[in-house]
Amino acid sequence: MTYRPPHIPSSEITPKSVYLNRRQLIAGAAAAGGLALTGGSAFAATPIRIGNKVDDAKGETVTPKESATTYNNFYEFGTDKSDPAKNSGKFKPLPWAIKVDGMVGKPQTFGFEDLLATMPIEERIYRFRCVEAWSMVIPWDGFQLSELLKKVEPLASAKYVAFETVVRPEEMPGQKGYFQPLPWPYVDGLRLDEAMQPLTLMAVGMYGEALPNQSGAPIRLIVPWKYGFKSIKSIVRITLTDKEPPCSWNKAAANEYGFYSNVNPKRDHPRWSQATERRIGGKTGFFSGGGDRRDTLMFNGYDEVASLYNGMDLINTYY
Amino acid sequence: MTATSTRPAAPARPFNWLPVKIWALYIVGLVPAVWYFYLGATGNLGADPVVTFEHNLGFWAIRFLLATLAITPIFILGGPNLIAYRRALGLLGFWYVLFHFTVYLTLDRALDFSAIIPDIVKRPYITIGMLGFIMLIPLALTSNRFSIRRLGPRWNKLHKLSYLVIIAGVVHFVMSTKVLIVEQMIYIVLTALLLGFRVFKKPIMNWRKERMKAKRLAKA
Repeated sequence: MTYRPPHIPSSEITPKSVYLNRRQLIAGAAAAGGLALTGGSAFAATPIRIGNKVDDAKGETVTPKESATTYNNFYEFGTDKSDPAKNSGKFKPLPWAIKVDGMVGKPQTFGFEDLLATMPIEERIYRFRCVEAWSMVIPWDGFQLSELLKKVEPLASAKYVAFETVVRPEEMPGQKGYFQPLPWPYVDGLRLDEAMQPLTLMAVGMYGEALPNQSGAPIRLIVPWKYGFKSIKSIVRITLTDKEPPCSWNKAAANEYGFYSNVNPKRDHPRWSQATERRIGGKTGFFSGGGDRRDTLMFNGYDEVASLYNGMDLINTYY
Repeated sequence: MTATSTRPAAPARPFNWLPVKIWALYIVGLVPAVWYFYLGATGNLGADPVVTFEHNLGFWAIRFLLATLAITPIFILGGPNLIAYRRALGLLGFWYVLFHFTVYLTLDRALDFSAIIPDIVKRPYITIGMLGFIMLIPLALTSNRFSIRRLGPRWNKLHKLSYLVIIAGVVHFVMSTKVLIVEQMIYIVLTALLLGFRVFKKPIMNWRKERMKAKRLAKA
């Protein structure tokens, strides 16, 4: 049976002022713990308890939520931009657990609800730049990956962090069928110092609500100075290692997608330019910002990460 | 004096619907462009309207060019003779390539030639697409009766360029995407079949002639 959303009469829709107020109450109760999650379909609309709010996009206009949640690359649900929103209805983000292992003192498996209840969740407004030369500005809700990694006590020998997306062909139609664009599971990785950078976020929500399935529910990585495909979705495993971990796109085409994949207007994709980007602006139409093209910034504008790459040739070698 | 009245009335000629049908094809063929333009202009073409419009125009260009190349094989393999519609299909393909290129220049690149020219020169998929468009121009210009008469057998030779045009179009499309999926495969297979048919056209036609001859002999 297919899922049908319940019909909600307009008289039952909570007025915005009331739910905003409720969100403040929830934020106020932050110290007391997380929120009760009912699971399943109701999950995506669950408000997230938010502490600090940080605008790391310097006041740029936030992309309308409708655009950010209907224009996605998430090949587990299909290769068209509209596929993830259309084909992710069967995906069950709860219950969920993340195994953190490898070169750590305290390997652990974290239940998603525990993370939600105990981690310091902030809103971070970040620019998001896809390797396909389009971009958005998105308010993520999440905690710093560094906070999670501290809990497992990385060993001195650990140099890299490897991430892995869930494999569920029954719930993810893109993982089924004859022609599959990538081998599963989708994997990616960071250097440990990149993973510890305060900008690196484990997002559990966007726009103040739990992540919708098409955006990587229930928990995903956000690395705002790298191309979007590095921000791996629906993570089930994090492994610390001393070797550069495999990355799905790098394995598919090494000359096109490097391990680092930092946003870099000077290093073109072999087939297209990265000097500019199209800002996805919502349902604006051709003549009201639909073709908003702007210059791409080095590190997507996050200059504070430049010191991570001192002395490295980011154009020819470490792209 | 009464000569005119004694002449028998000319039999009523049936109305020739063919030109009407051809014009209808032109109009129907332009519907996707108008429809997508309307959706895009009114903010109903999704989050990335310019590129969605641009890509759809490109897809329709390839579809019309493939349809143009299908006319001969359909006839030779025993199907209906649709040759009367071939010029309209080919011209629709040309128009869609022109629309696609225009959207790239204007809505997508905002006539920023400092970006457009390096794009065309440096990016192989854009260079190839551009070559396809350039090769299509003489075909569109000589798609009239005057040129056909004037060029004679050279017209046929010139219009074999359409084989290179479709190859350029499909390669341009496939190279512009990140992964090879079913959609690209379908266009590649159709192109391979239609061009493969040209390679094996002579043996296929000989085989048909032989078969017809054999049938006639058997009857006699």
